[in-house]
Amino acid sequence: MPEQHTTPQNSSVLVEIKDLRTYFFLAEGVVRAVDGVNLTVNRGVTMGIVGESGCGKSITAYSILRLVSPPGKIVGGDIFFYKVPKDGSSSQAEVINLAKVDPNGETIRNIRGNYISIVFQEPMTAMSPVRTVGQQIMEAIILHQKVDKKTAREMTIDILARVRMSNPERVVDEYPFQLSGGMRQRAVIAMALSCRPQLLIADEPTTALDVTTEAQILKLMRELQEELGMGIMYITHNLGVIAEMAQEVAVMYLGRVVEKTDVKELFFHPLHPYTQALLTSIPQLRDALTRQEKSRLNVIKGMVPDPYARLKGCPFHPRCPVMISGVCDEVEVPEIEAAPGHMVRCHLYTSH
Amino acid sequence: MVNYILMRLLRMIPQVLIISVLAFIIIQLPPGDFLTERLNRLRASGYTVDEAEVQRLTKMYGLDKPMHLQYLKWITNIVTKGDFGYSFVFSKPVNEIIGSRMGMTFFIAFLAFVVCWSFAIPVGILVAVKQYSVVDYFFTFLGFIGLAVPGFLLALVLMYVSYSWFGLKVGGLFSQEFQTAPWSWARFVDFLKHIWLPVIILAIGGTANLIRTLRATMLDELRKQYVTVARAKGLSEFKVLMLYPVRIAINPIVSTFGWLLVWFFSGGTVVEIVLNLDTAGPVLWRALMNQDMYTAGAYIVIIGTLTALGSLISDLMLAALDPRIRFGGLEVS
Amino acid sequence: MSETTMPKVEVPNNGSPVITKDEAFYRASQWQLVWWKFRRHKLAQLAMVVLSIFYLIAIFAEVVSPWDPLHRMKEYAAMPPMKIYFFDYNGNFRGPFVYNMVFGRDPVTLRPVYQIDFNTILPVKFFAKGDPYKLWGLFSWDRHLIGIDQPDITKPYPFFLLGTDSLGRDLLSRIFFGGRISLTVGLIGVALSFIFGLLLGGVAGFFGGVVDEVIMRIIDVLISLPQIPLWMSLAAALPQDWPQLRTYFFVTIILSIFGWTSLARTVRGKMLSMREEDFVMAARLDGESEWSIITRYMLPGFASYIIVSLTISIPGMILGETSLSFLGIGLRAPTISWGVMLQDAQTIQTVSQLPWLLWPTVFVVTAVLMFNFLGDGLRDAADPYVT
Repeated sequence: MPEQHTTPQNSSVLVEIKDLRTYFFLAEGVVRAVDGVNLTVNRGVTMGIVGESGCGKSITAYSILRLVSPPGKIVGGDIFFYKVPKDGSSSQAEVINLAKVDPNGETIRNIRGNYISIVFQEPMTAMSPVRTVGQQIMEAIILHQKVDKKTAREMTIDILARVRMSNPERVVDEYPFQLSGGMRQRAVIAMALSCRPQLLIADEPTTALDVTTEAQILKLMRELQEELGMGIMYITHNLGVIAEMAQEVAVMYLGRVVEKTDVKELFFHPLHPYTQALLTSIPQLRDALTRQEKSRLNVIKGMVPDPYARLKGCPFHPRCPVMISGVCDEVEVPEIEAAPGHMVRCHLYTSH
Repeated sequence: MVNYILMRLLRMIPQVLIISVLAFIIIQLPPGDFLTERLNRLRASGYTVDEAEVQRLTKMYGLDKPMHLQYLKWITNIVTKGDFGYSFVFSKPVNEIIGSRMGMTFFIAFLAFVVCWSFAIPVGILVAVKQYSVVDYFFTFLGFIGLAVPGFLLALVLMYVSYSWFGLKVGGLFSQEFQTAPWSWARFVDFLKHIWLPVIILAIGGTANLIRTLRATMLDELRKQYVTVARAKGLSEFKVLMLYPVRIAINPIVSTFGWLLVWFFSGGTVVEIVLNLDTAGPVLWRALMNQDMYTAGAYIVIIGTLTALGSLISDLMLAALDPRIRFGGLEVS
Repeated sequence: MSETTMPKVEVPNNGSPVITKDEAFYRASQWQLVWWKFRRHKLAQLAMVVLSIFYLIAIFAEVVSPWDPLHRMKEYAAMPPMKIYFFDYNGNFRGPFVYNMVFGRDPVTLRPVYQIDFNTILPVKFFAKGDPYKLWGLFSWDRHLIGIDQPDITKPYPFFLLGTDSLGRDLLSRIFFGGRISLTVGLIGVALSFIFGLLLGGVAGFFGGVVDEVIMRIIDVLISLPQIPLWMSLAAALPQDWPQLRTYFFVTIILSIFGWTSLARTVRGKMLSMREEDFVMAARLDGESEWSIITRYMLPGFASYIIVSLTISIPGMILGETSLSFLGIGLRAPTISWGVMLQDAQTIQTVSQLPWLLWPTVFVVTAVLMFNFLGDGLRDAADPYVT
């Protein structure tokens, strides 16, 4: 049985991830895609998650919805979801440990698409080409809101209008391949929002789109967040988008959160050498234009290590410019609260 | 959609035309025309041939005319009167011999088809979902065997096994006592007792092929993003499978309708001969052995047209299922 | 905002830790890559071994067979398969040997019955002296790979591991010689299909337009027709009095009439897509002639697909020959092929009395199965997108 109990606390916490470990068991070895992640997402707040590809940010998101399928497996940790009933029958949150529920069970299926929704990176492949946009949105509404087809259809048209889809009455009967990329991503967002979720996970939703469409979609998501008051977990590798969207940020490197704070603090006082390197490697438009000699971008030296290898100490040490040998390559780093609300995982801030 | 159907129907015309030309070429292949051949044989065996009859037949088939006119005559007879010519082996019009037997061939193919789909579709889905499991390996192995053993060899071996182990004499469509009896319940039961064997034999190869196709397309579809998206909506695993990957993977299966029919007719011919069924295959065989080419030609025209119809039906079903074809969009991958 | 994307950090290919292996991978030629991938396919490798053995047997059929396949021994007609023993009835080890068989007739049914003559032990030897033959019509010899020494070939001792047919010919030897026909029908048929397919597919793909349309329509029709009845009709038109070799040749032509279609489709598809490739355009800009573009740039690009397509069509041809000959309208005796041999097993009466006549089916099925495995392995290996 999944761990279920109600707590009297009426906090703003929506999802609390504690020491989550999701591993992939492949023939070549074990990939520790998520290796001890701690994260908290609050209601009505956007938590941005940044990192290079392969750092485990998407797998963390999939783990929340239990969408990690074999050979991947959650091997440890907890994901507490503070479920407040949607019908308003109680303002008390029921705490469900998603890491412990049956991945195909009733509990998680009632949460998926209903309390927690996800928008994926590729709008092109997120919908089946042989069913209409309406059919694919309606099925979630019918499933979770227990309404008849006609009502569901009206609700679908309504939600399509809300994501500023032009001509929603027509689009509802169209097939995904008849829509443009931006329109399709709007439809996918509509699908995710159709049941007014409390948490929206956005996994690089604008990466595949052009810059103009990206700006429109980001604006739309901010507006919808205000309208619906949901928490957003925004996954991206784009620091610009983070600056625009997020209030809180977590930086991930090799399956761990290495730094976590609010967005201003991160941009102005980055503590972790990896975060610092990330920020200095952003091309500055003004600098590039004003400088006579085009200086090279600051590049993080080295490569992401072999995913099958397990590094001793801090996983960033082979690439770190300020590596303390004998410490960073030996001693496991704990999470440190370096400043109030500013967590970092680096030996520079420990008393090693 | 209407456009698509029209286009597809138009495409059938040259198809059937080529088939008829092919059949006519086959009719003409043996040296000398069939009538002289036949008369020579009759004379050789001491019959006196009525000259008036010869005249009548020569005129009827336009044998005194050049080749293209003979073809026109032959095809006009078929199209306007449904007259496929005269069989000299069976001494009857071809229609009479082939008509009912063709129906039986078609019926067996139809049953094989039902068996094939109703078995292959669930198994194909199952082995894809349970990739690399024992079930998967078992059916993959069975599939290889099913593809490698042609129907007629299977029929031979099964005949031997059932005769030597169970003392059963399989073959034919009816037991002796029901051979010429009118239809009755008892005759029907007897018929069922006989027909299952050719049906199963025919279905095996097609089933193996179908499972393989379905497994491959299902595996492709299962990896696609929309499956995860569907799961993230909270749908049950069964619904996710049925509404998403299966819904798409079923399309290539529907398009197999055409070639399965071809497969059944093709392999079925020899199986029918081995099992000595009262179907069209053995007629073709006897006709060919005696160079009775009108019968052979009729067989090819009918079978060819039926398969052309089969592929038409499967294309239309596919268009109904797949909006990408209806809207003339992408080619189905 | 896209100017603020993350630094581009090189990610190693699939995380392979050993760089040298990767370098070898990138430097390997197309054929080396195919071979590496093929080596991983265990069933395909097994198929390669088995098929090599089959073809070796077919090539050296005279030496490998214990008998002349046409040697009729009335005294041993319809003899069931014999066993090889190692210990005599006293339990003494005698090496491999067979007992002599004594012929008799059942007094009631008049069917031949054979009794083991326990007193005569015939040792089985390598390179035993038996029927004289001329290997490939060139080298005269009388030694057979496995057999028993025959002091007088006109009064032979029995050695029939798979039994004999109703005329007293050794089934095993006939199967070996039959392989020579049945296994080469596929190869020659495929070679012919290859020529037709390459030519027509190439023409369709290269010229496109009306030519393409016409060829494709014809292929559509040919593919949508049931092959076996057509093969039967065409084969039945071959005159019965033709010499063996001519019939054999024409039967392979008939079999390849349909074989070329799938190849032509493959070639055309590849041609069409490659015409648009940058490297073809580059070659054209370099002033290469059309012929050299096709042969030097495009052909190597899809050679692997051609090989796969050919391998896959061989089993169909083997089965086609078997079906036709089995029905008596393909190859005919005295030609020996697996199909011709199975003709003897057509009726349930013979099959139930001489079940060993079904042995050729084992060889047909094995050959087809192995070609399917091989084709599968090659297809996976040739696909550049599967690693």
